[in-house]
Amino acid sequence: MVTSTTRDRGAQCRRNTANLLYWTGAWVVSLAIAVFGPLFVWESKAVTLGAILMNVALGVGMIAANKRHLDGLDELQRKIQMDAMAFALGVGLVAGLAYSTLDVTDVIPVDAEISYLVILIAIAYLGGVVFGHRKYR
Amino acid sequence: MKNRLKVLRAERDWTQAQLAQQLDVSRQTVNALEKGKYDPSLPLAFKVARLFGLAIEDVFQDR
Repeated sequence: MVTSTTRDRGAQCRRNTANLLYWTGAWVVSLAIAVFGPLFVWESKAVTLGAILMNVALGVGMIAANKRHLDGLDELQRKIQMDAMAFALGVGLVAGLAYSTLDVTDVIPVDAEISYLVILIAIAYLGGVVFGHRKYR
Repeated sequence: MKNRLKVLRAERDWTQAQLAQQLDVSRQTVNALEKGKYDPSLPLAFKVARLFGLAIEDVFQDR
């Protein structure tokens, strides 16, 4: 009664997760190269443009890997991920606009940095995933 | 929604992992279903009913 398809689900899921990890790692490294390369390694704008295009291309690959990862999950696992993403999106929208408003209205003395928002979204997403797994444990 | 998943599984002496394999879901999903923490989609509910050879309303009942 147990088919090879069902036996392979766990292994396929692990492969998809590892694949997503590789794509995300490559994207992060390419982002660091695109940001720090012009500061410390090269001066050519053409090389910088190439590094940014490479970063975008790897980002597209990362998005596709994330889609494959979600497609490989079962319905409860997918719900946990989707709920966490919705929570992270909401937190990012609300906090991002509030942060931007603080900057625009000069309530804070420094410029708003998008990296803070990305970190907040990542923390909210991780928190959402942990909450979801505990909820359905 | 209540269900008889745990009883039906115990009658067949299956582990959660074995049931999860047959339903093509994770063991966490079977556990959440048995505890009533998660209501399955209609396709999964039909799959469960088909696996046990029962009608869907014999496995799942509205509270």
